[in-house]
Amino acid sequence: MMKIDNSLPLEYANEQNKMNIFGFWIFIGAEVMLFATLFATYFTLEHRVGNGPAGAEIFELTPVLIETLVLLTSSFTIGLAMNAMRLGKKNAMLTFFSITLLLGLVFLGVEIYEFTHYASIGAGLQVSAFTGILLTTLGTHGAHVTVGLFWGLFIIMQVKKHGLTPKTANKSFIFSLYWHFLDIVWIFIFSFIYLKGMM
Amino acid sequence: MDYFDRFAIPHPSPAIYASMVAIGLTMIAIVIGLTYFKKWGYLWSEWLTTVDHKRIGIMYLIAALLMLFRGGVDALMMRAQTAVPDNKLLDAQHYNEVFTTHGVVMIIFMAMPFIYALMNFVVPLQIGARDVAFPRLNALSFWLFFMGAMLFNISFVIGGSPDAGWTSYFPLAGNDFSQSVGTNYYMLSIQIAGIGTLISGINFITTIFRMRAPGMKLMKMPMFTWTTLITNAIVVFAFPVLTIALLLGTMDRLFGAHIFSMTNGGMDMLWANLFWVWGHPEVYILILPAFGIYSEVISTFSRRNLYGYKSMVASIVIISFFSFLVWMHHFYTMGQGPLSNSIFSITTMAIAIPTGIKIFNWLLTMRKGKIKFTVPMLYSVGFIPIFTIGGVTGVMLGMASADYQYHNTMFLVAHFHYTIIPGVVFAMLAGLTYWWPKMFGFMLSERIGKWAFWFIAIGTNVAFFPMFFTGLDGQARRMYTYSEATGFGPLNMLSFVGAIGLAIGFALIVYNIYYSVRYASRDIGSDPWDARTLEWATQTPVQSYNFARTPQVDSIEALWDLKRNGKPVFQGEIEKIHMPNSSGMPFIMSCIFFAWGFSLIFSMWIPAIITTIAIFACMAHRSFEKDDGHYISVEEIKATEKDWEVLNDENR
Repeated sequence: MMKIDNSLPLEYANEQNKMNIFGFWIFIGAEVMLFATLFATYFTLEHRVGNGPAGAEIFELTPVLIETLVLLTSSFTIGLAMNAMRLGKKNAMLTFFSITLLLGLVFLGVEIYEFTHYASIGAGLQVSAFTGILLTTLGTHGAHVTVGLFWGLFIIMQVKKHGLTPKTANKSFIFSLYWHFLDIVWIFIFSFIYLKGMM
Repeated sequence: MDYFDRFAIPHPSPAIYASMVAIGLTMIAIVIGLTYFKKWGYLWSEWLTTVDHKRIGIMYLIAALLMLFRGGVDALMMRAQTAVPDNKLLDAQHYNEVFTTHGVVMIIFMAMPFIYALMNFVVPLQIGARDVAFPRLNALSFWLFFMGAMLFNISFVIGGSPDAGWTSYFPLAGNDFSQSVGTNYYMLSIQIAGIGTLISGINFITTIFRMRAPGMKLMKMPMFTWTTLITNAIVVFAFPVLTIALLLGTMDRLFGAHIFSMTNGGMDMLWANLFWVWGHPEVYILILPAFGIYSEVISTFSRRNLYGYKSMVASIVIISFFSFLVWMHHFYTMGQGPLSNSIFSITTMAIAIPTGIKIFNWLLTMRKGKIKFTVPMLYSVGFIPIFTIGGVTGVMLGMASADYQYHNTMFLVAHFHYTIIPGVVFAMLAGLTYWWPKMFGFMLSERIGKWAFWFIAIGTNVAFFPMFFTGLDGQARRMYTYSEATGFGPLNMLSFVGAIGLAIGFALIVYNIYYSVRYASRDIGSDPWDARTLEWATQTPVQSYNFARTPQVDSIEALWDLKRNGKPVFQGEIEKIHMPNSSGMPFIMSCIFFAWGFSLIFSMWIPAIITTIAIFACMAHRSFEKDDGHYISVEEIKATEKDWEVLNDENR
């Protein structure tokens, strides 16, 4: 391995680690543009419902509220996991990390229910411009969460096996950035797609 | 057999069948050749699995030259078809396919890899780095681009070419009006290549911010590195817009969504907006690296440091900012009202200011310089007047009210070729000739190179200047023919003659490569142009680790200061060097991406699902892989550097 700098947290311990984190921030910049484009498209098409339903007719508060609470909590627990990692407490870190992924799984389950519900009430992908962009935007976020679940699982397995090393700490930290980012995107989805649509 | 009907060409012609045979024979010849000369192992271990930025750069270069050939043949077919009135060489459908693929191939599969070829090869050397920040991802970027390009290129023999223009405007590009799979090819192959480009963007920004040699502050970076940095910043912010546009287009075409359709609430203009929100920054993604190359070349061959370094940097940054604020000028006539048209008209013309600053900086760099008219310098000097014609007609087009006269005529075609050819193609040829000795260890023949330059420079003007007139007279672009009564005939014939001139120029470049491989001297030292920046302070050809000792820099022109003022750059002991391992995964994963794209294009869902899983399996493999790279020992470095150090001292 490269030179280790012990004055810094493990995830920043060597030059490659620093570059990984820096590069990931730029990746998040690209992701911001990706979701910004989706939101801009959504706002353009929001009221173009054709013969299909409008947002107010199909949005249900209960599942959306569950999704929101679950995902916000998972963002908190991944923060706790990072805190435990900085303190060198591997087991606490793994526990919080696992809770994060479980909450993510609940989120995904509710979102899958939501999608089947939309399909069953005649708001499928092919109905109108509005349903098309709604499901694409939600789906893009949901796909990110799905990828995150697998990715997180792999990291947990590696931390279990190798312990907290500069490498695993770096991966975990980057995962936490990703997870927080997905949470922020969800806050925008919750506020500007669901709440705005229900009003 | 019904299953295979989907792969048939909807609109075949003898030329396409001939191409099929030619492609088949070429592939057989490659396989036989590799087997006969026992080169499979070499190809795999030295090229397909390499993560070395220099080799990746060379592979980008080869791909770009191949695509230049493909796009060039498309161009010749178009000029031949329109050379005389009522020509029957191509029919309307084939003409649509040819101008579509010409545009896509030249922009996305020729110009983009060409700039990434030079960035890959040069930038890590210019900043004194061992490689890029993420060498493995760099290989993935290349292979994704390459597989995207190959996927796009098989369209005309399997399933049919895209035919809705390189802008692929909806509703024309929708299922109602483009029923063949051609536009699916467009959506998916560009998506795959675009993901590669986005990864490159992240990679180069990280490389330039985190891996510069000690002492190289931002304002001491060579100009090509500056333009690379800003270009990749544009890439990171513009390409996600393309990703979404293509995703939404794919949703419409494959899954029956109504985002861009004319029914069920869809909005066709949304595509035009999203496309150009990416598309206009893309123009600057292409031209900024070119500006960087001109800055290097003009400074080197004028024997003067670059005039107005700070204003150069400032103007690049301003251009990159404005590049996101002008997209609507591509469709003034499509009805968004006078207010938006006026705003975009002003931002468009504002871009001429930073660009003008750069032009004057180059002129002032040359002033009182001892100019050597080498081939790279000829392209750079030729660029200034030809590009200025493109720029001035750009301001004409930028005036929204006047644009109603020019829009979608040959005037526009002339304008953007007058910017892209001198702005990008000249720069790439200048950069190619300039950095060629560093890449391959010998120089290209100056004599043949100059002939090629004059053919290309004159050919460009003869081919495109007449279009200004036919355009003003009302010849529309993308029309496959015209009647004799229009009077467009003679000028179109002149354009065709110019296109032949360009073709001869490019053929001369190919001949030049062949000639120089055979006859050029290999004894050229490490710095044959007497240049100014760090890439020339390495051995030729460059060692895998680039620099034995990390350079210490305290000026914009580190090598020049070393040569002229004796300022030391390489100091201290040689230490062991950490290097990344080669890997076949980027290549394998990109092959799977190819299969994935192909499956989706033909709506073959089961292979599409399998390949999707396989792509994620590759990513999982990467996550678990133990790959700490390897070290090159001090003895090994000293052994490879020994001969060179002596030579080096003689050079100084």
